[in-house]
Amino acid sequence: MAKQLRVDPTACTGHGLCAELAPELVTLDEWGYPLVTNRPVPRALDRTARRAVTNCPALALALARVP
Amino acid sequence: MTGCLTLPFPAPVPAAGDYVLTGPDGGLHRLLPADGAAQVDLTAHLARYGALPHRAEPRRIIAEVEAAGLTGRGGAAFPAYRKLTAAANARPTPVVVGNGAEGEPASSKDRSLLWISPHLVLDGLQIAAATTGSRTAVLYAPRNERLHQRLALAIAERAAVRMDTAAVELRDAPGRFLAGEESALASHLTGLPALPGYRPARGLPRLGSGQPVLVQNVETLAHLALIARYGARWFRTAGTEEEPGSMLATLHHADGRMGVVEVPLGIPVAQLLGPREPVQAVLIGGYHGAWLPADQAATLPLANAALGPLGATVGAGVVAVLPADRCGLGETARVARYLALESAGQCGPCFNGLPRIAAALDHLARPRPDRRARADLDRWAGLVEGRGACHHPDGSVRFIRSALRVFAAETALHEQGRCSGTNPQPFLPLPSSPPLAHTDWS
Repeated sequence: MAKQLRVDPTACTGHGLCAELAPELVTLDEWGYPLVTNRPVPRALDRTARRAVTNCPALALALARVP
Repeated sequence: MTGCLTLPFPAPVPAAGDYVLTGPDGGLHRLLPADGAAQVDLTAHLARYGALPHRAEPRRIIAEVEAAGLTGRGGAAFPAYRKLTAAANARPTPVVVGNGAEGEPASSKDRSLLWISPHLVLDGLQIAAATTGSRTAVLYAPRNERLHQRLALAIAERAAVRMDTAAVELRDAPGRFLAGEESALASHLTGLPALPGYRPARGLPRLGSGQPVLVQNVETLAHLALIARYGARWFRTAGTEEEPGSMLATLHHADGRMGVVEVPLGIPVAQLLGPREPVQAVLIGGYHGAWLPADQAATLPLANAALGPLGATVGAGVVAVLPADRCGLGETARVARYLALESAGQCGPCFNGLPRIAAALDHLARPRPDRRARADLDRWAGLVEGRGACHHPDGSVRFIRSALRVFAAETALHEQGRCSGTNPQPFLPLPSSPPLAHTDWS
């Protein structure tokens, strides 16, 4: 099942941890908020994505099924 | 000859005597009376439209709404039957809300409708409640004492003759741009501030209790009341095949007059404008809408099929002309600042981006702007787009980008230290004092 990273923008407070843990999948904009690709997370990066999700201090990051 | 209701902004409700007969040819009087801004009481309402056919099968009403092709008149033009179907299937039974928040400062059509023909809206609310099996309904109206007294009276008139099955509760909408956004509305009904929420899954918004909410714009409900009476075929005698029916539009003319008119969808924009108005551009769809050059706008019908490819939408029916003596960049910068202040401040990109975009636009509206301002603005616009919980950043960027397209020549003039605007008076309507306190959301 293809999944993608999704940010709840109302919960995200711009800690930026996601971009440190998963630089292949997340970059930060000039205000420190994550820019995530809407492409499916490749299998090889599955663990990386999960780490970013579970470590988000604001619980704002999720792995969701690609619609 | 049709009626055009002129309302001085920011008058919260139309005043008697504001009605003038200078509307566009081809206008209609389905929702508003032809004989003036007189308030329609229950007796006059029933005399004109007849009793509401109450006992109709919910599925039959939904099928009729689908056949009619009624779309939401709050701005998004979402098919009404799809929302009604989702609500009819939702569990627990939804609460039905008539949304008259009308946070858009350039729009007056919803409060005009509520003020003049509240019973049509209340009829529609009952029909919507009947299709979903709801016993409770809410009328969400701008916070205004006179309007609330008027609506409370209309609700009492109906209760006195026991004509309704669903009890209607009147609720205050905070005077914020986003107060009518569905998830903000649901939050407000829950007793929380009227802030938009993040909803990754589509579907009806829910109250804190989990009860789903069917939100329909008040004008949509008024059309629903007429479709229930006269049917889809009648509804389609106005409008286009693709976009049937009539709509209320708020017009802002170059001489400062404004008015609410009812017109068929697809009416030529040229017919809405005065014959010889000194106009340089037309704003269609309000502050989440788009500017179009006046000569281009004059060739178009007021319909999404024609406006969509040009980046514009009918929206909630605002058509505002920009007089030839105003600077389009200056006007857009004023509104952009307002839109930045109306960010709920919940989403980082919107909270950070809109004020910077507004400041850059303000800079471009002045003589000899720094060359970096435009590049910054373009980059920031890209950064806020699609990154909010609600459509506020997207709509704001659409409006601002359209200004940079349509007023490209003006931008070039400013680079040379000149400006074509000769009249510094603000033109587009904005609230006199933007509410800044966080409590204003509740």
